[in-house]
Amino acid sequence: MTPDFQELAIVANELRGDVLRMLQLAGSGHPGGSLGMTDVFTTLWFGGHLKVDPQNPTWEDRDRFVLSNGHICPILYAILARQDYFPREELWTLRKLGSSLQGHPDFHFTKGVDCCTGSLGNGVSVALGMAMGARAQGKNFRVYAGTSDGESQEGQVWEMASAAAHHKVDNLTLLMDRNGIQIDGFTKDVMDQGDLGAKYKSFGWHVQEVDGHDMMAIHQALNEAKKASGKPQLIVCNTVLGKGVSFMENEPGWHGVTPDEEQLKKALDELGLD
Amino acid sequence: MTVTQTSGEVATREAYGKTLAALGGERQDIIVLDADLSGSTKTANFKKLYPDRFFNMGVSECNMIGTASGLASTGLTVFASSFSMFAVGKAFEQVRQEIALPVANVKICGTHAGITVGEDGASHQTLEDIAIMRVLPNMRVFVPADARETEQVIRAVAASPGPAYVRLSRMKTPQFLPDDYNFEIGKINTLRDGADITIAATGTTVMHALAAADALASKGISARILNVCSIKPLDTETLVKAARETGAIVTVEEHQRAGGMGSAVAEVVAEHAACPVRRLGMNDRFGESGSGGQLMDHFGLTAPAISGAALELLGHAS
Ligand SMILES: Cc1ncc(C[n+]2csc(CCOP(=O)(O)OP(=O)(O)O)c2C)c(N)n1
Ligand SMILES: [Mg+2]
Repeated sequence: MTPDFQELAIVANELRGDVLRMLQLAGSGHPGGSLGMTDVFTTLWFGGHLKVDPQNPTWEDRDRFVLSNGHICPILYAILARQDYFPREELWTLRKLGSSLQGHPDFHFTKGVDCCTGSLGNGVSVALGMAMGARAQGKNFRVYAGTSDGESQEGQVWEMASAAAHHKVDNLTLLMDRNGIQIDGFTKDVMDQGDLGAKYKSFGWHVQEVDGHDMMAIHQALNEAKKASGKPQLIVCNTVLGKGVSFMENEPGWHGVTPDEEQLKKALDELGLD
Repeated sequence: MTVTQTSGEVATREAYGKTLAALGGERQDIIVLDADLSGSTKTANFKKLYPDRFFNMGVSECNMIGTASGLASTGLTVFASSFSMFAVGKAFEQVRQEIALPVANVKICGTHAGITVGEDGASHQTLEDIAIMRVLPNMRVFVPADARETEQVIRAVAASPGPAYVRLSRMKTPQFLPDDYNFEIGKINTLRDGADITIAATGTTVMHALAAADALASKGISARILNVCSIKPLDTETLVKAARETGAIVTVEEHQRAGGMGSAVAEVVAEHAACPVRRLGMNDRFGESGSGGQLMDHFGLTAPAISGAALELLGHAS
Protein backbone atom coordinates (compact mmCIF):
# COMPACT_ATOMS: atom_id res chain seq x y z
CA MET A 1 0.00 0.00 0.00
CA THR A 2 1.38 3.39 -0.94
CA PRO A 3 1.13 5.95 1.83
CA ASP A 4 -0.19 9.46 1.28
CA PHE A 5 3.11 11.33 1.20
CA GLN A 6 1.46 14.71 1.60
CA GLU A 7 -0.16 13.50 4.80
CA LEU A 8 3.15 12.01 5.97
CA ALA A 9 4.87 15.35 5.43
CA ILE A 10 2.28 17.07 7.61
CA VAL A 11 2.79 14.46 10.33
CA ALA A 12 6.57 14.87 10.15
CA ASN A 13 6.24 18.62 10.43
CA GLU A 14 4.02 18.37 13.50
CA LEU A 15 6.35 15.83 15.08
CA ARG A 16 9.21 18.29 14.62
CA GLY A 17 7.15 20.85 16.49
CA ASP A 18 6.58 18.43 19.37
CA VAL A 19 10.28 17.57 19.50
CA LEU A 20 11.20 21.24 19.78
CA ARG A 21 8.52 22.01 22.36
CA MET A 22 9.45 19.11 24.59
CA LEU A 23 13.15 19.92 24.43
CA GLN A 24 12.60 23.59 25.21
CA LEU A 25 10.62 22.59 28.30
CA ALA A 26 13.18 19.95 29.30
CA GLY A 27 16.10 22.36 29.04
CA SER A 28 18.45 19.56 28.00
CA GLY A 29 18.48 16.88 25.31
CA HIS A 30 19.26 16.36 21.66
CA PRO A 31 17.37 18.23 18.91
CA GLY A 32 19.86 17.79 16.06
CA GLY A 33 19.54 14.08 15.36
CA SER A 34 15.88 14.04 16.41
CA LEU A 35 14.92 16.54 13.69
CA GLY A 36 17.31 14.91 11.23
CA MET A 37 15.70 11.47 11.49
CA THR A 38 12.08 12.68 11.67
CA ASP A 39 11.31 11.97 8.01
CA VAL A 40 12.85 8.49 8.14
CA PHE A 41 11.06 7.45 11.31
CA THR A 42 7.78 9.03 10.21
CA THR A 43 7.90 6.92 7.05
CA LEU A 44 8.66 3.80 9.08
CA TRP A 45 5.99 4.35 11.74
CA PHE A 46 3.24 6.06 9.75
CA GLY A 47 3.95 4.61 6.30
CA GLY A 48 2.60 1.17 7.16
CA HIS A 49 5.92 -0.59 7.65
CA LEU A 50 5.90 -1.46 11.34
CA LYS A 51 3.62 -4.23 12.55
CA VAL A 52 2.83 -3.02 16.09
CA ASP A 53 -0.21 -2.56 18.32
CA PRO A 54 -0.14 0.52 20.56
CA GLN A 55 -3.01 -0.99 22.59
CA ASN A 56 -0.84 -4.02 23.25
CA PRO A 57 2.73 -2.69 23.44
CA THR A 58 4.22 -5.99 24.57
CA TRP A 59 2.48 -8.15 21.94
CA GLU A 60 5.06 -10.87 21.42
CA ASP A 61 4.80 -10.99 17.62
CA ARG A 62 5.16 -7.24 17.08
CA ASP A 63 7.96 -5.83 15.00
CA ARG A 64 10.66 -4.43 17.25
CA PHE A 65 12.14 -0.96 17.07
CA VAL A 66 15.47 -0.32 18.80
CA LEU A 67 16.83 3.21 18.94
CA SER A 68 20.51 2.41 19.31
CA ASN A 69 21.48 6.08 19.05
CA GLY A 70 19.25 6.53 22.08
CA HIS A 71 20.02 10.22 22.55
CA ILE A 72 17.58 11.10 19.75
CA CYS A 73 14.65 9.65 21.73
CA PRO A 74 12.65 12.91 21.62
CA ILE A 75 11.54 11.99 18.11
CA LEU A 76 10.69 8.45 19.25
CA TYR A 77 8.64 9.80 22.15
CA ALA A 78 6.80 12.24 19.88
CA ILE A 79 5.98 9.34 17.54
CA LEU A 80 4.85 7.04 20.35
CA ALA A 81 2.53 9.74 21.69
CA ARG A 82 1.03 10.28 18.24
CA GLN A 83 0.59 6.52 17.92
CA ASP A 84 -1.39 6.66 21.21
CA TYR A 85 1.00 4.66 23.35
CA PHE A 86 0.54 7.43 25.93
CA PRO A 87 -1.08 10.89 26.10
CA ARG A 88 0.68 13.71 24.27
CA GLU A 89 0.75 15.76 27.49
CA GLU A 90 3.42 13.43 28.86
CA LEU A 91 5.82 14.83 26.27
CA TRP A 92 6.03 18.04 28.26
CA THR A 93 7.51 16.18 31.25
CA LEU A 94 10.56 14.88 29.38
CA ARG A 95 13.65 14.44 31.57
CA LYS A 96 11.94 15.69 34.70
CA LEU A 97 11.96 13.78 37.98
CA GLY A 98 9.09 11.30 38.00
CA SER A 99 8.48 11.51 34.24
CA SER A 100 7.65 8.49 32.13
CA LEU A 101 10.04 9.89 29.53
CA GLN A 102 13.65 9.40 30.50
CA GLY A 103 16.68 11.16 29.03
CA HIS A 104 17.45 7.96 27.16
CA PRO A 105 14.97 5.19 26.21
CA ASP A 106 14.01 2.91 29.08
CA PHE A 107 11.12 0.47 28.79
CA HIS A 108 10.58 0.40 32.52
CA PHE A 109 9.21 3.91 32.13
CA THR A 110 7.88 4.22 28.59
CA LYS A 111 5.30 2.15 26.72
CA GLY A 112 6.38 1.33 23.20
CA VAL A 113 10.10 1.34 23.93
CA ASP A 114 11.57 -2.08 23.15
CA CYS A 115 15.14 -1.65 24.36
CA CYS A 116 17.03 0.36 27.00
CA THR A 117 19.65 2.35 25.12
CA GLY A 118 21.87 5.37 25.60
CA SER A 119 25.29 3.79 25.60
CA LEU A 120 26.27 3.84 21.92
CA GLY A 121 27.13 0.52 20.31
CA ASN A 122 24.92 -1.66 22.49
CA GLY A 123 21.48 -1.35 20.93
CA VAL A 124 22.40 -2.77 17.54
CA SER A 125 23.57 -5.99 19.20
CA VAL A 126 20.32 -6.28 21.12
CA ALA A 127 18.44 -5.71 17.86
CA LEU A 128 20.44 -8.52 16.29
CA GLY A 129 19.51 -10.79 19.18
CA MET A 130 15.83 -9.92 18.81
CA ALA A 131 15.96 -10.75 15.12
CA MET A 132 17.71 -14.06 15.84
CA GLY A 133 15.15 -14.74 18.57
CA ALA A 134 12.33 -14.38 16.07
CA ARG A 135 13.92 -16.90 13.73
CA ALA A 136 14.84 -19.32 16.53
CA GLN A 137 11.15 -19.45 17.49
CA GLY A 138 9.77 -19.58 13.97
CA LYS A 139 8.20 -16.14 14.32
CA ASN A 140 8.16 -13.74 11.42
CA PHE A 141 8.48 -10.35 13.06
CA ARG A 142 11.10 -7.93 11.83
CA VAL A 143 13.51 -5.78 13.79
CA TYR A 144 14.32 -2.19 12.87
CA ALA A 145 17.10 -0.30 14.56
CA GLY A 146 18.14 3.33 14.39
CA THR A 147 21.88 3.88 14.42
CA SER A 148 24.20 6.73 13.47
CA ASP A 149 27.53 7.64 11.97
CA GLY A 150 28.96 8.57 15.37
CA GLU A 151 27.81 5.27 16.82
CA SER A 152 29.57 3.46 13.98
CA GLN A 153 32.88 4.37 15.61
CA GLU A 154 32.15 1.81 18.31
CA GLY A 155 33.90 -1.50 17.64
CA GLN A 156 30.84 -3.39 18.87
CA VAL A 157 28.88 -2.16 15.83
CA TRP A 158 31.28 -4.02 13.57
CA GLU A 159 31.17 -7.14 15.71
CA MET A 160 27.38 -6.99 15.26
CA ALA A 161 27.80 -6.45 11.52
CA SER A 162 29.99 -9.56 11.15
CA ALA A 163 27.68 -11.71 13.22
CA ALA A 164 24.48 -10.58 11.50
CA ALA A 165 25.91 -11.32 8.07
CA HIS A 166 27.45 -14.63 9.11
CA HIS A 167 24.17 -15.84 10.58
CA LYS A 168 22.23 -14.48 7.56
CA VAL A 169 19.87 -12.50 9.77
CA ASP A 170 17.59 -11.08 7.09
CA ASN A 171 14.81 -9.85 9.36
CA LEU A 172 17.05 -7.06 10.67
CA THR A 173 17.07 -3.59 9.09
CA LEU A 174 19.32 -0.78 10.29
CA LEU A 175 18.42 2.84 9.58
CA MET A 176 21.60 4.86 9.84
CA ASP A 177 21.53 8.59 10.51
CA ARG A 178 24.40 9.73 8.27
CA ASN A 179 24.47 13.43 9.06
CA GLY A 180 28.25 13.75 9.17
CA ILE A 181 28.11 15.18 12.68
CA GLN A 182 28.86 13.97 16.20
CA ILE A 183 29.40 15.73 19.53
CA ASP A 184 32.87 17.15 18.99
CA GLY A 185 32.14 18.38 15.46
CA PHE A 186 31.99 17.09 11.91
CA THR A 187 32.64 13.38 11.76
CA LYS A 188 35.26 13.78 9.04
CA ASP A 189 37.30 15.94 11.45
CA VAL A 190 36.74 13.98 14.68
CA MET A 191 37.36 10.54 13.20
CA ASP A 192 36.70 10.04 9.55
CA GLN A 193 34.30 7.23 8.76
CA GLY A 194 34.89 6.82 5.06
CA ASP A 195 32.15 5.12 3.06
CA LEU A 196 30.02 3.44 5.71
CA GLY A 197 27.72 1.83 3.16
CA ALA A 198 30.68 0.24 1.37
CA LYS A 199 32.02 -1.05 4.67
CA TYR A 200 28.74 -2.76 5.48
CA LYS A 201 28.58 -4.13 1.95
CA SER A 202 32.01 -5.68 2.39
CA PHE A 203 30.69 -7.30 5.58
CA GLY A 204 28.00 -9.00 3.50
CA TRP A 205 25.03 -6.69 4.07
CA HIS A 206 22.32 -5.55 1.68
CA VAL A 207 23.00 -1.81 1.51
CA GLN A 208 20.92 1.07 0.16
CA GLU A 209 21.59 4.77 0.40
CA VAL A 210 18.78 7.35 0.38
CA ASP A 211 18.11 11.02 0.86
CA GLY A 212 16.86 10.90 4.44
CA HIS A 213 14.32 13.63 3.73
CA ASP A 214 12.77 12.05 0.62
CA MET A 215 9.93 10.04 2.10
CA MET A 216 9.08 8.29 -1.13
CA ALA A 217 12.67 7.10 -1.45
CA ILE A 218 12.71 5.99 2.17
CA HIS A 219 9.43 4.12 1.68
CA GLN A 220 10.81 2.33 -1.37
CA ALA A 221 14.04 1.46 0.41
CA LEU A 222 12.08 -0.03 3.32
CA ASN A 223 10.13 -2.16 0.86
CA GLU A 224 13.32 -3.27 -0.90
CA ALA A 225 14.89 -4.18 2.44
CA LYS A 226 12.02 -6.52 3.22
CA LYS A 227 12.70 -8.42 0.01
CA ALA A 228 16.39 -8.97 0.72
CA SER A 229 16.89 -12.65 1.41
CA GLY A 230 19.77 -14.14 3.39
CA LYS A 231 21.29 -10.77 4.27
CA PRO A 232 20.76 -8.16 6.97
CA GLN A 233 19.98 -4.74 5.52
CA LEU A 234 21.33 -1.27 6.03
CA ILE A 235 19.71 1.90 4.77
CA VAL A 236 22.18 4.76 4.92
CA CYS A 237 20.01 7.83 5.40
CA ASN A 238 21.77 10.99 4.30
CA THR A 239 20.25 13.56 6.58
CA VAL A 240 20.73 17.14 7.66
CA LEU A 241 21.17 17.56 11.40
CA GLY A 242 18.45 19.89 12.69
CA LYS A 243 16.41 19.56 9.47
CA GLY A 244 13.55 22.03 9.21
CA VAL A 245 14.96 24.74 11.45
CA SER A 246 17.26 27.02 9.50
CA PHE A 247 19.50 28.05 12.36
CA MET A 248 20.01 24.47 13.50
CA GLU A 249 20.64 22.82 10.15
CA ASN A 250 24.06 21.21 9.84
CA GLU A 251 25.34 23.03 12.94
CA PRO A 252 27.22 20.59 15.24
CA GLY A 253 26.43 22.86 18.18
CA TRP A 254 22.79 21.72 18.00
CA HIS A 255 23.67 18.07 18.62
CA GLY A 256 22.78 18.37 22.28
CA VAL A 257 21.69 21.90 23.12
CA THR A 258 18.04 22.89 23.51
CA PRO A 259 16.29 25.97 22.14
CA ASP A 260 15.30 28.75 24.50
CA GLU A 261 11.82 30.24 24.33
CA GLU A 262 12.69 32.74 21.63
CA GLN A 263 14.47 30.16 19.49
CA LEU A 264 11.52 27.81 19.90
CA LYS A 265 9.16 30.50 18.66
CA LYS A 266 11.35 31.18 15.67
CA ALA A 267 11.63 27.48 14.90
CA LEU A 268 7.88 26.89 15.15
CA ASP A 269 7.34 29.93 12.91
CA GLU A 270 9.57 28.39 10.27
CA LEU A 271 7.63 25.14 10.49
CA GLY A 272 4.37 27.05 10.16
CA LEU A 273 3.22 25.85 13.58
CA ASP A 274 2.22 27.81 16.64
CA MET B 1 48.60 28.73 36.34
CA THR B 2 46.37 27.91 39.27
CA VAL B 3 42.66 27.50 39.36
CA THR B 4 41.45 30.80 40.67
CA GLN B 5 39.07 30.86 43.56
CA THR B 6 35.78 32.42 42.62
CA SER B 7 32.69 32.81 44.69
CA GLY B 8 30.64 31.08 41.99
CA GLU B 9 30.02 27.37 41.63
CA VAL B 10 32.35 25.23 39.54
CA ALA B 11 32.02 21.63 38.40
CA THR B 12 35.01 19.44 39.17
CA ARG B 13 35.24 18.60 35.44
CA GLU B 14 35.88 22.30 34.76
CA ALA B 15 38.72 22.41 37.28
CA TYR B 16 40.08 19.25 35.64
CA GLY B 17 40.11 20.90 32.22
CA LYS B 18 41.90 23.98 33.51
CA THR B 19 44.48 22.02 35.46
CA LEU B 20 45.17 19.70 32.56
CA ALA B 21 45.75 22.66 30.26
CA ALA B 22 48.16 24.17 32.80
CA LEU B 23 50.03 20.88 33.16
CA GLY B 24 50.36 20.68 29.39
CA GLY B 25 52.50 23.81 29.45
CA GLU B 26 54.65 22.53 32.28
CA ARG B 27 55.27 19.02 30.97
CA GLN B 28 55.92 17.88 27.44
CA ASP B 29 55.30 14.22 28.29
CA ILE B 30 51.59 14.68 28.89
CA ILE B 31 49.26 13.29 26.21
CA VAL B 32 45.48 13.55 26.31
CA LEU B 33 42.91 11.23 24.72
CA ASP B 34 39.18 11.74 24.52
CA ALA B 35 36.27 9.89 22.93
CA ASP B 36 34.09 12.53 21.25
CA LEU B 37 33.28 14.31 24.50
CA SER B 38 36.11 16.82 24.78
CA GLY B 39 33.71 19.74 25.16
CA SER B 40 31.94 18.01 28.03
CA THR B 41 34.95 16.48 29.80
CA LYS B 42 36.81 19.79 29.29
CA THR B 43 39.86 18.18 27.72
CA ALA B 44 39.11 20.66 24.91
CA ASN B 45 41.03 23.22 27.00
CA PHE B 46 44.18 21.14 26.55
CA LYS B 47 43.44 20.41 22.90
CA LYS B 48 43.20 24.11 22.11
CA LEU B 49 46.66 24.81 23.52
CA TYR B 50 48.47 21.58 22.61
CA PRO B 51 46.72 20.07 19.58
CA ASP B 52 49.77 17.93 18.78
CA ARG B 53 49.47 16.13 22.09
CA PHE B 54 45.70 15.62 21.94
CA PHE B 55 43.97 12.77 20.11
CA ASN B 56 40.24 12.47 19.63
CA MET B 57 39.63 8.74 19.34
CA GLY B 58 35.98 9.06 18.35
CA VAL B 59 33.15 7.21 20.07
CA SER B 60 35.45 4.24 20.77
CA GLU B 61 36.20 4.01 24.47
CA CYS B 62 37.64 0.48 24.46
CA ASN B 63 40.09 1.42 21.75
CA MET B 64 40.91 4.65 23.57
CA ILE B 65 41.90 2.79 26.75
CA GLY B 66 44.00 0.26 24.84
CA THR B 67 45.69 3.07 22.94
CA ALA B 68 46.37 4.91 26.19
CA SER B 69 48.21 1.86 27.47
CA GLY B 70 50.35 1.67 24.36
CA LEU B 71 51.19 5.37 24.50
CA ALA B 72 52.15 5.06 28.15
CA SER B 73 54.44 2.11 27.38
CA THR B 74 56.56 4.46 25.26
CA GLY B 75 57.27 6.73 28.23
CA LEU B 76 54.38 9.18 28.05
CA THR B 77 52.01 10.26 30.82
CA VAL B 78 48.52 9.71 29.45
CA PHE B 79 45.21 11.24 30.53
CA ALA B 80 42.21 9.48 29.00
CA SER B 81 38.75 10.96 29.39
CA SER B 82 35.14 10.24 28.60
CA PHE B 83 32.00 10.11 30.67
CA SER B 84 32.80 7.86 33.61
CA MET B 85 30.11 5.40 32.44
CA PHE B 86 31.96 4.71 29.23
CA ALA B 87 35.62 5.18 30.25
CA VAL B 88 35.39 2.64 33.05
CA GLY B 89 32.07 0.97 32.32
CA LYS B 90 32.28 0.13 28.65
CA ALA B 91 36.06 -0.29 28.69
CA PHE B 92 36.35 -2.14 32.00
CA GLU B 93 38.08 -5.16 30.61
CA GLN B 94 40.62 -3.09 28.69
CA VAL B 95 41.22 -1.10 31.88
CA ARG B 96 41.86 -4.31 33.78
CA GLN B 97 44.09 -6.06 31.24
CA GLU B 98 45.95 -3.12 29.68
CA ILE B 99 46.08 -0.46 32.42
CA ALA B 100 45.95 -2.17 35.81
CA LEU B 101 47.79 -5.41 35.01
CA PRO B 102 50.77 -3.82 33.20
CA VAL B 103 50.73 -0.88 35.68
CA ALA B 104 50.43 1.58 32.80
CA ASN B 105 50.98 5.26 33.49
CA VAL B 106 47.44 6.19 32.51
CA LYS B 107 45.11 8.50 34.39
CA ILE B 108 41.49 7.72 33.60
CA CYS B 109 39.49 10.85 34.31
CA GLY B 110 35.79 10.03 34.10
CA THR B 111 33.39 12.94 34.17
CA HIS B 112 29.58 13.03 34.55
CA ALA B 113 29.84 10.39 37.27
CA GLY B 114 27.12 9.52 39.74
CA ILE B 115 23.51 10.56 40.02
CA THR B 116 24.31 14.26 39.57
CA VAL B 117 24.71 13.80 35.82
CA GLY B 118 20.98 14.28 36.17
CA GLU B 119 18.62 14.49 33.22
CA ASP B 120 20.43 11.99 30.96
CA GLY B 121 19.06 9.28 33.23
CA ALA B 122 20.03 5.77 34.31
CA SER B 123 22.08 4.86 31.24
CA HIS B 124 24.49 7.70 31.99
CA GLN B 125 24.53 7.62 35.80
CA THR B 126 27.62 5.64 36.82
CA LEU B 127 26.89 4.24 40.24
CA GLU B 128 29.32 1.34 40.19
CA ASP B 129 32.64 2.89 39.16
CA ILE B 130 34.19 3.24 42.60
CA ALA B 131 33.48 -0.44 43.24
CA ILE B 132 34.84 -1.79 39.98
CA MET B 133 37.91 0.44 39.97
CA ARG B 134 38.93 -0.09 43.58
CA VAL B 135 38.96 -3.88 43.28
CA LEU B 136 41.57 -3.72 40.53
CA PRO B 137 45.13 -4.31 41.75
CA ASN B 138 47.42 -1.33 41.02
CA MET B 139 44.49 1.02 40.42
CA ARG B 140 44.12 4.08 42.64
CA VAL B 141 40.77 5.85 43.07
CA PHE B 142 40.19 9.52 43.84
CA VAL B 143 36.99 11.54 44.13
CA PRO B 144 37.63 15.26 44.63
CA ALA B 145 35.03 17.32 46.46
CA ASP B 146 35.48 20.72 44.83
CA ALA B 147 37.53 22.62 42.27
CA ARG B 148 40.45 23.24 44.62
CA GLU B 149 40.78 19.60 45.50
CA THR B 150 40.42 18.59 41.86
CA GLU B 151 43.41 20.68 40.87
CA GLN B 152 45.45 19.09 43.64
CA VAL B 153 44.35 15.56 42.72
CA ILE B 154 45.13 16.04 39.04
CA ARG B 155 48.57 17.42 39.87
CA ALA B 156 49.20 14.58 42.31
CA VAL B 157 48.30 11.81 39.86
CA ALA B 158 50.31 13.47 37.10
CA ALA B 159 53.34 13.49 39.42
CA SER B 160 52.86 9.91 40.59
CA PRO B 161 53.55 7.18 37.99
CA GLY B 162 51.04 4.38 37.51
CA PRO B 163 47.31 3.93 37.00
CA ALA B 164 44.72 6.17 38.60
CA TYR B 165 40.99 6.73 38.25
CA VAL B 166 39.65 10.19 39.03
CA ARG B 167 35.87 10.51 39.37
CA LEU B 168 34.54 13.91 38.31
CA SER B 169 31.14 15.57 38.22
CA ARG B 170 29.07 17.40 35.68
CA MET B 171 27.12 19.48 38.17
CA LYS B 172 28.39 22.84 39.36
CA THR B 173 29.07 22.83 43.09
CA PRO B 174 30.40 25.39 45.60
CA GLN B 175 34.12 25.75 46.20
CA PHE B 176 34.14 25.26 49.91
CA LEU B 177 37.49 23.75 50.90
CA PRO B 178 39.77 26.27 52.65
CA ASP B 179 42.71 28.12 51.09
CA ASP B 180 45.24 26.06 53.03
CA TYR B 181 43.63 22.76 52.06
CA ASN B 182 46.14 20.08 51.20
CA PHE B 183 45.30 16.83 49.39
CA GLU B 184 47.69 13.93 49.71
CA ILE B 185 47.39 10.52 48.10
CA GLY B 186 46.40 8.01 50.79
CA LYS B 187 45.32 10.63 53.35
CA ILE B 188 41.86 11.43 54.63
CA ASN B 189 41.29 15.09 55.45
CA THR B 190 39.43 15.69 58.68
CA LEU B 191 37.39 18.77 57.84
CA ARG B 192 35.82 19.08 61.26
CA ASP B 193 36.64 17.39 64.52
CA GLY B 194 33.93 15.76 66.56
CA ALA B 195 33.50 13.22 69.32
CA ASP B 196 30.01 11.72 69.03
CA ILE B 197 29.89 10.33 65.51
CA THR B 198 31.92 10.28 62.30
CA ILE B 199 30.52 11.15 58.90
CA ALA B 200 32.69 10.02 55.99
CA ALA B 201 31.81 11.55 52.64
CA THR B 202 33.33 11.73 49.18
CA GLY B 203 32.99 14.03 46.18
CA THR B 204 29.70 15.89 45.90
CA THR B 205 28.44 14.61 49.26
CA VAL B 206 31.18 16.24 51.35
CA MET B 207 29.49 19.62 51.48
CA HIS B 208 26.24 17.95 52.49
CA ALA B 209 28.06 16.14 55.29
CA LEU B 210 29.28 19.50 56.58
CA ALA B 211 25.73 20.85 56.49
CA ALA B 212 24.54 17.74 58.35
CA ALA B 213 27.21 18.39 61.00
CA ASP B 214 25.75 21.87 61.50
CA ALA B 215 22.27 20.42 61.94
CA LEU B 216 23.59 17.86 64.42
CA ALA B 217 25.52 20.53 66.32
CA SER B 218 22.27 22.39 66.92
CA LYS B 219 21.06 19.23 68.68
CA GLY B 220 24.20 19.08 70.78
CA ILE B 221 25.84 16.31 68.76
CA SER B 222 29.41 16.81 67.62
CA ALA B 223 30.15 15.10 64.32
CA ARG B 224 33.58 14.48 62.89
CA ILE B 225 33.67 15.05 59.14
CA LEU B 226 36.06 13.05 56.99
CA ASN B 227 36.67 13.87 53.35
CA VAL B 228 37.54 10.52 51.79
CA CYS B 229 38.88 11.70 48.45
CA SER B 230 41.57 9.04 48.36
CA ILE B 231 39.39 5.93 48.37
CA LYS B 232 42.30 3.81 47.31
CA PRO B 233 44.84 3.90 48.87
CA LEU B 234 42.67 4.34 51.94
CA ASP B 235 43.86 6.04 55.13
CA THR B 236 43.37 3.19 57.61
CA GLU B 237 44.93 5.09 60.50
CA THR B 238 42.51 8.01 60.38
CA LEU B 239 39.53 5.68 59.98
CA VAL B 240 40.51 3.43 62.89
CA LYS B 241 41.08 6.48 65.06
CA ALA B 242 37.65 7.85 64.14
CA ALA B 243 36.00 4.50 64.83
CA ARG B 244 37.66 4.23 68.23
CA GLU B 245 37.07 7.83 69.26
CA THR B 246 33.51 8.34 68.01
CA GLY B 247 32.18 4.79 68.05
CA ALA B 248 29.80 5.20 65.10
CA ILE B 249 30.24 6.04 61.41
CA VAL B 250 27.88 7.19 58.69
CA THR B 251 29.15 7.12 55.11
CA VAL B 252 27.58 8.87 52.12
CA GLU B 253 28.27 8.82 48.39
CA GLU B 254 26.42 9.07 45.08
CA HIS B 255 27.20 5.45 44.26
CA GLN B 256 25.73 2.03 44.96
CA ARG B 257 25.90 1.20 48.66
CA ALA B 258 27.50 -2.06 47.63
CA GLY B 259 31.18 -1.79 46.92
CA GLY B 260 31.67 1.94 47.16
CA MET B 261 33.52 4.21 49.56
CA GLY B 262 31.22 3.14 52.40
CA SER B 263 32.06 -0.49 51.79
CA ALA B 264 35.77 0.35 51.77
CA VAL B 265 35.37 2.12 55.11
CA ALA B 266 33.33 -0.74 56.55
CA GLU B 267 35.98 -3.24 55.49
CA VAL B 268 38.68 -1.35 57.39
CA VAL B 269 36.52 -0.79 60.44
CA ALA B 270 35.39 -4.41 60.58
CA GLU B 271 38.98 -5.62 60.56
CA HIS B 272 40.54 -3.11 62.92
CA ALA B 273 38.07 -1.38 65.21
CA ALA B 274 34.55 -2.72 64.84
CA CYS B 275 31.87 -0.09 65.34
CA PRO B 276 28.47 0.39 63.72
CA VAL B 277 28.67 1.75 60.17
CA ARG B 278 25.61 3.08 58.33
CA ARG B 279 26.16 3.41 54.59
CA LEU B 280 24.12 5.92 52.56
CA GLY B 281 24.08 5.55 48.80
CA MET B 282 21.97 4.08 46.04
CA ASN B 283 20.19 1.10 47.51
CA ASP B 284 20.71 -1.55 44.84
CA ARG B 285 18.76 0.32 42.18
CA PHE B 286 19.35 2.42 39.11
CA GLY B 287 18.77 6.14 38.98
CA GLU B 288 16.42 8.11 36.75
CA SER B 289 16.09 11.46 35.03
CA GLY B 290 15.82 14.67 37.04
CA SER B 291 18.07 17.55 37.95
CA GLY B 292 21.23 16.60 39.82
CA GLY B 293 20.20 18.54 42.90
CA GLN B 294 16.71 17.02 42.97
CA LEU B 295 18.07 13.52 42.58
CA MET B 296 20.52 13.98 45.46
CA ASP B 297 17.57 14.90 47.68
CA HIS B 298 15.31 12.23 46.21
CA PHE B 299 17.78 9.44 46.89
CA GLY B 300 18.64 10.67 50.39
CA LEU B 301 22.19 11.88 49.84
CA THR B 302 21.90 15.40 51.26
CA ALA B 303 22.08 16.91 54.74
CA PRO B 304 18.61 15.93 56.07
CA ALA B 305 19.12 12.25 55.24
CA ILE B 306 22.68 12.28 56.56
CA SER B 307 21.80 13.88 59.87
CA GLY B 308 18.75 11.61 60.09
CA ALA B 309 20.92 8.53 59.66
CA ALA B 310 23.34 9.84 62.29
CA LEU B 311 20.55 10.40 64.79
CA GLU B 312 19.13 6.97 64.15
CA LEU B 313 22.52 5.35 64.56
CA LEU B 314 22.96 7.17 67.87
CA GLY B 315 19.58 5.89 69.02
CA HIS B 316 17.74 9.21 68.91
CA ALA B 317 14.14 8.69 67.88
CA SER B 318 13.32 10.92 64.93
C1 LIG C 1 29.29 4.58 24.55
C2 LIG C 1 28.97 6.01 24.48
N1 LIG C 1 29.97 6.91 24.39
C3 LIG C 1 29.70 8.22 24.37
C4 LIG C 1 28.41 8.66 24.42
C5 LIG C 1 28.10 10.14 24.43
N2 LIG C 1 27.51 10.54 23.16
C6 LIG C 1 26.19 10.74 23.00
S1 LIG C 1 25.76 11.13 21.45
C7 LIG C 1 27.38 11.08 20.92
C8 LIG C 1 27.72 11.36 19.50
C9 LIG C 1 27.28 10.28 18.63
O1 LIG C 1 27.32 10.64 17.29
P1 LIG C 1 25.97 10.71 16.43
O2 LIG C 1 25.02 9.69 16.91
O3 LIG C 1 26.35 10.68 15.02
O4 LIG C 1 25.44 12.13 16.89
P2 LIG C 1 24.36 13.08 16.16
O5 LIG C 1 24.43 12.83 14.70
O6 LIG C 1 23.03 12.76 16.74
O7 LIG C 1 24.77 14.48 16.49
C10 LIG C 1 28.21 10.74 21.99
C11 LIG C 1 29.67 10.62 21.90
C12 LIG C 1 27.38 7.70 24.52
N3 LIG C 1 26.09 8.04 24.60
N4 LIG C 1 27.69 6.39 24.53
MG1 LIG D 1 25.75 11.87 13.44
